[in-house]
Amino acid sequence: MIYRRWLQWPQWQLHSPYDEMDRLRRRLEELYENYAGDQAGRSSSGVFPLVNLTEDAENFYLRAELPGVASEDLDIQATGKSITLSGERKIPVEEGARYHRKERDAGKFSRGLNLPSDIDADKVTAKVMNGILNITIPKAESVKPRKIAIN
Amino acid sequence: MNGSDSKELKVREKQELSSQTEQTRPGPVFTPDVDIFETEKEIVLLADMPGVRAEDLTIDLRDDVLTLTGEVQEQANDQEQALMMEFGVGKFYRQFTLGEVINQGAIDANLQGGVLRLTLPKVEKATPRRITVKSA
Repeated sequence: MIYRRWLQWPQWQLHSPYDEMDRLRRRLEELYENYAGDQAGRSSSGVFPLVNLTEDAENFYLRAELPGVASEDLDIQATGKSITLSGERKIPVEEGARYHRKERDAGKFSRGLNLPSDIDADKVTAKVMNGILNITIPKAESVKPRKIAIN
Repeated sequence: MNGSDSKELKVREKQELSSQTEQTRPGPVFTPDVDIFETEKEIVLLADMPGVRAEDLTIDLRDDVLTLTGEVQEQANDQEQALMMEFGVGKFYRQFTLGEVINQGAIDANLQGGVLRLTLPKVEKATPRRITVKSA
């Protein structure tokens, strides 16, 4: 970007009237990074379905938007540290239809995810509500934070 | 046209709407993906609106402009911390102009599993009548 090159130009000068501009440049860069960082925070793996992963002290929560996917067409597997989501989205063929727009896709999907720590694979629960899959993944006992009593 | 047999689903990023008419409540607004098709009798619109409950969906048809608005409830509890966020959550909004005259009284909307199916029956065109000219 032009303004950056221009602002970096007088860097060889010590204590110059450009100090003020240098501050401005840094401030601009900070803003730019914050903006880019926000975009990066939502960077996708490019694998369907996109997921949001969160955690609290007890569980991981994995959410995915799967509108129109029936729960019987969904398969969730959990092992020591990973979760696999697979299934198929079916869109029925409409008889005698003349399409004006077709933006919704049908097809199969499969995605594996490694979690940051061990999980209790036997206690994973999942539900689909209004087209959002919600998986609750309890953390393994060994990785849960433990409160230590002080005598 | 079906292709659900072996096709792998590709990621389609949610389309964020940059400038809707000014909002009273801040937050991202997304454009739902839609299928629109027409049969002899009706126009059918299917829209993917994951997370929208029936009571949070507003369908408005006025002067040939159809507006869909869906509010989405936050699913996370207060203690949750984000580890990886790949999709944004927010309201859905999209507007269409209808070319056909719709029988407004017979519109049917059905929301199931995050998919809206909106059936807009066309007004039956008056069947052309042949006028016979009598000659006296």
